[in-house]
Formats: sequence, structure tokens, C-alpha cells
Amino acid sequence: MSGFKSNNKVVNWVEERLPIFSMMQHSAIDYPTPRNLNYWWNFGSLAAVMLIVMILTGLFLAMNYAANTAIAFDSVERIMRDVNYGWLLRYLHANGASMFFILVYIHIFRGLYYGSYKSPREILWFVGIAIFLAMMATGFMGYVLPWGQMSFWGATVITNLFSAFPLVGESIVTLLWGGFSVDNPTLNRFFALHFLLPFVIVGLVVIHVWALHTVKSNNPLGIDMKGPQDSLPFHPYYTIKDLFGIGVFMMFYLAFVFWAPNFFGEPDNYIPANPMVTPPHIVPEWYYLPFYAILRAFTMDIWIIPAKLQGVLAMFSAILILFALPWLDTSKVRSAKFRPLYRQFFWLFLADCLVLGYVGGKPAEGVLITVGQLCTAYYFGHFLVILPLLGLIEKPKPLPASIAQPVTKAAAILVALFIGLAGMSGEALASSGAGPALKKPDGGFSWEGVFGAHDKAALKRGWQVFHDVCANCHAMKLVSYRNLADIGFSADEIKVIAAEKEVQDGPNDEGAMFNRPARASDRIVPPFANEKAAQAANGGALPPDLSLMNKARTNGPYYVYSLMLGYEDAAPEGHPIPEGKMFNHYFPGNAISMPPPVMDDIVTYTDGTKATKEQIAKDVVTFLNWAAEPELDARKSMGVKVMIFLAGLTALMYALKRQIWKDVH
Amino acid sequence: MADQAHNAQPSSVDGQTRRDFLLYATSAVGVVGTGIALWPFVHSMNPAADTLALSTTDVDISAIKPGQSVTVVWRGKPVFVRHRLPEEIADAGKVDVASLREPQKDGDRAKKPEWLILVGVCTHLGCVPLGQKPADPKGEFGGWFCPCHGSHYDTSGRIRKGPAPANLPVPPYQFTSDTTVRIG
Ligand code: FES
Repeated sequence: MSGFKSNNKVVNWVEERLPIFSMMQHSAIDYPTPRNLNYWWNFGSLAAVMLIVMILTGLFLAMNYAANTAIAFDSVERIMRDVNYGWLLRYLHANGASMFFILVYIHIFRGLYYGSYKSPREILWFVGIAIFLAMMATGFMGYVLPWGQMSFWGATVITNLFSAFPLVGESIVTLLWGGFSVDNPTLNRFFALHFLLPFVIVGLVVIHVWALHTVKSNNPLGIDMKGPQDSLPFHPYYTIKDLFGIGVFMMFYLAFVFWAPNFFGEPDNYIPANPMVTPPHIVPEWYYLPFYAILRAFTMDIWIIPAKLQGVLAMFSAILILFALPWLDTSKVRSAKFRPLYRQFFWLFLADCLVLGYVGGKPAEGVLITVGQLCTAYYFGHFLVILPLLGLIEKPKPLPASIAQPVTKAAAILVALFIGLAGMSGEALASSGAGPALKKPDGGFSWEGVFGAHDKAALKRGWQVFHDVCANCHAMKLVSYRNLADIGFSADEIKVIAAEKEVQDGPNDEGAMFNRPARASDRIVPPFANEKAAQAANGGALPPDLSLMNKARTNGPYYVYSLMLGYEDAAPEGHPIPEGKMFNHYFPGNAISMPPPVMDDIVTYTDGTKATKEQIAKDVVTFLNWAAEPELDARKSMGVKVMIFLAGLTALMYALKRQIWKDVH
Repeated sequence: MADQAHNAQPSSVDGQTRRDFLLYATSAVGVVGTGIALWPFVHSMNPAADTLALSTTDVDISAIKPGQSVTVVWRGKPVFVRHRLPEEIADAGKVDVASLREPQKDGDRAKKPEWLILVGVCTHLGCVPLGQKPADPKGEFGGWFCPCHGSHYDTSGRIRKGPAPANLPVPPYQFTSDTTVRIG
């Protein structure tokens, strides 16, 4: 700190009263950093950037979100549809959560590989685990806020974990809920805590960095810096390297935001929460899956401990055991580079965690139960048996005398890792679909691909089909007549369309409610006054709202397209269906209440297109897709521009980094 | 810094120029990009599409007798609809327009002289002026009186005395029939 000098009077004036400049100089500029850090050391700063992005997007989302069970779901959809750039903020935030966990998991495994938890970095490691725990709590509560089906049932399942504890369990759960089930009080407090916890994380990050700067960074060799020849000042060497990493990462992150924004999400969460119906397959967000698998691995009561309690204890222990790691690992050598045996067990452990994650995402059935149990046993075995023994029996390779030697890592590793990750999750997604292969329309849908957009003509035809056919039974509550301007209707045409229907308004000066023709600003008027009326008119089956249909089913557009064309006149041999139901190949359970909705020439297209049933299905799916993702065209075209910009900026940063580092290599 | 030691060599002078160029180019592009990225955040605080779409309010004026006023809500703000008496219209027409703080003829403020329609928000700092109910103080000019800081408006809703800088604004409106007005 003594090295700080400035010619600027104002700076000196401030510095004498608050030594902020010398502190910055000391901790962000001069901070001696090992000269041999590889790209795996970028993930800490990346996670910090992600934390800032999450807090910023979250703050602006909170300005439009309403934490009330009656309107929470709709308020999120309003953000998506009506708030300026609301879709961008929400997708940045939702995908940001997944990115944050990807970064932090890599950061943790980097610590595991290079022994960054060993003396003198134990407290640094503890604070890191505390950050991880706070992130898990924050992520969980955030996922509850949109108040979809997964939100509600995730909240129910996770809060019920605490009921496993004997005696106090039930009271804890009631306390968490503020009622007798997950309900409005729960949503309110989760919102409050979801807002608070990120700032707790910021505080923990400050302590994490403080501890880091006290003990200095570990490095790929795991040996201490012995003098100035082993270190570089943080600025400019690592500022530019971190910035370059941020550029690469941003492209990875934004690719999801602009082209696959619901990749990490569950379609069920686009169905509003319903406390009466649990979705058939409940899964937590992917980042909890390994722990979820451990929770489910315990299926037998042992002595007086019920299976439920075992699972819960094991799940918490799986994280808490990390606190004991500095002592469980008995080897004095830090980096796996010099620990031939540990290195192999490290990869085994990583594989074990990935398998646990895979098992956690699948229904608990058949062989997967056993796999989950074995992997759980191995998880704990790694910490409790393998690590303590390895330190005793392993013969480490000789450590080099000092760090000052060429740095050889490249971005290639990073790229390979990203591809691997994306591939893995893609596979998980593809294999989650059940039932027959879905039909695809000839030529595919117009909005697919990087540059795809909704076909305007198909949208107008689709609206005609919806208006003439679907809307007789189905509502589309989230779309307003004014939105039809997006698909090419003029203001006057919209007035005429809206005025076909009446809505209730009032009370007037006499205190009476009255009907008036709908206006452009009204939502599309549903065919029935309420859900009960809709059910009564449809033989007890409620025709679902179509606003989000394409997003609320796995492979939504293909599913809806296939469903409309998937009818059979009579149920095939061996597939009896109840009286009054139709047989459909694609509907879960095959027995559907909706009669075949599309037939050749059920509408006459005003633009002269031949109304085959395939054409009709394709058009209406296009329209439904617009209804579910009205922002899609804007999203993709913005994505292209942003990517071009980022590619340029990242290339510049790379060139600058090469220039700055050229005398070090 | 590591490469300053080599500055004397020609190749490194090139290197220094190249480095400066890269530094400036990267910083400029980065700063511009960050600036643009902030816009969606700021713009998200502007009125949303559904807010902007709630544009019109229909008022039934058949029951408003001469001399009476009603207050309706338009875009979350009060709108005054006053059925003016002939003497009020005459008062408003007599005023020397040039003497006003915001010179406006009464004829330009009312499409039909007997119906005066105003946004009922004081142009000073946003209070709702009194004068709608029979018992309300109407100020020295028989129109409206804002109690917050004492602004007096006349029977055309024009500012005549007090701190307010401008007349009560006239919202966009149309007579959709003899008995209804659509505001907005
Ligand atoms: S707000 Fe009306 S006089 Fe100040």
C-alpha cells in the first residue's frame, strides 16, 4: 500500500481521508498473481460477472413482478409480452441462473483438481461453499416465483424435505409455508428472500476475495510463489485475460438467451400452478440433480431411521462434507498434476457426479435406482475412504522448484468443455420424450434455425383457423386484440375483429354491470365465462388455454402439430378407450376428449391457399407459436447483431491479450 | 512493465503502437457495447405496451345538468367534465387573452361551448384542484382553486393567479354521440 503516489490533488485529498485508491492499486492492479494460471482460473471472475448480471436483471424484473399467487404467473407473462425488453431481461435472468451454476461448478472442480482447498486456503474454501449454499437457496426460491406447475411442486417437495426431521419437522415446514400448504404467504416470503440473498452472496464474495488476497492464488502446479519471478501484476495481465474470457463466455450464454431460451427450463412451468394436480414427472432444476439423486437413493428404513430421513441427511451431508475436505485429503501435494492416482480418482468422481445428475433427472425406476445408490455410495466413498487412503499410499511425482516456466493451456480446452456440456444436456433432453416419434410438417416450420422468423402469411391463416375453429372451445387469455397488429392486421381491422365479441364492463353510474363490444386493448374474449362453464360444455374436460401451448409441452410445436393429425377413426386392437373419447396416437394415454379439430377444407383461406388438413395444422401451429413467443422474431434478429458485435469485441480482446502477454511467454 | 524494457528496439516500438491501438480500439468498442446493453434496462422502466393501450374512457354526459361537473378517470388521472352555464361561457369569452399567463381563447379549449373537458391536475405540482362539487371553493375567477399552493383557474380552466405556470390541459376527446364523449 505504501507504493501509492499521485500527482492529482483531489486524489491525494481523498486518499488521505479514505485510502481507496491505494486499496485498488494494491488489490486490483499490483496484486501479485502466479504467472502460470491457465484458463480454468477464469471461472472465478466469470462467476462474479454473472452475479452482477443476475442482480441487475433481477432488480429490473422485480420492478414488474407481482408476488401474489393470483397474478404472479400473469405478471411474468406481462413482462414477456408487454414490458419493453422484458423478454430479454427474463431470459437473461433465467438462463443466467444456469450459467452461474455452470461457472461455479467448474470453479469448484478446478479447486478439487488443483487442491485449492488445502492449507493455507481452508477458509477461502469454506466461504466458497457458503456461497454455493446461498446460491442453491436463491436459485430454488427464484424458480418458485413464476408460479408455474414446476414452481409450485418444486416448492412443495423441497420444503417438505424438512418434515423428515423427527419431532420438529412438521413445525418447521408450517413455519416455512406460513400456512398449511405452499400458498400466498410462501410466495411472498420467497420473493423477499430471493431479493435479499444475492446481496448476502455479494458480501460472501467480498470475504472470499479478501481471503484469496491474503493467501494468494493457487496455481496449476500447486506450489507457492517463491519470489517476483513467479508472479505477474494482476493488471494488465489478468484483467485482459479475464476480459477475454468474459467475451467468450458471453457468446456461449447469449446463444441460449437468443436461440434456446427455454433449454434449461421445464415446459410444465408454462402451465399455471395448480395445487390439485401434480405433473407426472417432477424434476428440480438441473443444477440440483446430483443431490436430488442422492436424496432418492435411500429406499429402506434402517433400524430406527426412516428412509426419508436418511435421504435428507445424506443430501445435506453431500454438501457439508466439503467443509471437511481439507482434512479428509491427507496428501500434502496440492495439484493433481503430481498425483498420478488422485488424478484418476478425480475424473472418476467427476463422472460419478455426472451420472448422479443424469439419474436425478430421470424417473426413479428400474436399474436407475440401483445406479443411483451405487453412485451415492461412491460419492461418499470418495471423500471418506479414497481421499484419506490416497494420501498415504500415493507416491507423488517430484514437484518443480519454481513456477517460472511456460504456460501452455489454450482456449481449446474451454471450447471442448462447452461443447461437451451442451451435448450432454441435449442428449438428456432428447431422451426425455416418450411416445411415438412426432410428425414434422413438410419443409419444417418457418421460425426454426438461427435466422428463422414467423411466416406472416401463415400467421394470418393460422389466426383464421384459430378464430373460426379453435376459439369455439379454447381461450387465449394472454393475448390481446391489439397484439394482432404484430401479424399484420391494421388498427381498423383489429377494431372490427374485437367488436365481434362483448365484454363485461362497469359498474356504471347506477352501479350496474353492462356489456360493451370488446376493444383493441381487451384480451381475446374466451368462449366460456369461466372454467366450470367450459368444462360443463365439453363433457367435463376443460379445453386448455392456448396462449402458451407451444411452450408448455415438450417439443411443443411438433407435439401440437402431431396431435391435430394423430387421430384414428377407431381405437386399434388392444387399446380400449373410454366411451365418448377419441383415440389419438400422440396424446398421453391415447384417450382424448377433443374431437379431431382439423379436416380438409374446414376453413376457406382468403389468400387462396389450399386448405388441406396438413396445411391447416401447420398454419395454426405457426399462429400458436406466435401467441406463445411473440418476441421470437425480435429476439433472433437481435441475437444475430449481438453475436456479430461480441465476436468482434472478443477478437480485439484476444489480440490485445496476445500483445500484452507476448513477452511473458 | 515487462515490455517497456525493450522500448529501445525498433520492433518493440512497433509493438507499443500496436498495443496502444488495440487498447484504444478494444476500450472504445467495449464502452459502446456496454452503453448499448444498458438501454434495455432503462427502457424497461418506460410504460409497457398494455399500459399504453389503455387509452380511452367513454363518458355518458346525458345526466349532467347545466352548472354540474363530474370527474372521470382517464389514464389514472382525474378528468373534469363541466356542463357550463351561459354566464360562465360569457365570462370565459370576455377575458383579454393577451393578459393571460398562457394566452388561449376559450373557443380553442372547448369543442362545444357548453362542455368543458379538462385534465384535472394542477400544472403547478400535480394536486387536484377544487371546484367540482357545488360546495367547493372555486377561486377568484369562478372556475377551480388549487388548495395546495393557491392557484386560481377561471371558467375555461385557464391559470389566472397563483404559482401554476400553465392552463389545465384539454385531453384529446370526441363526441361519439349527442350523449357520450370518448376521452383519449
Ligand atoms: S399544486 Fe396546485 S398550486 Fe401547487
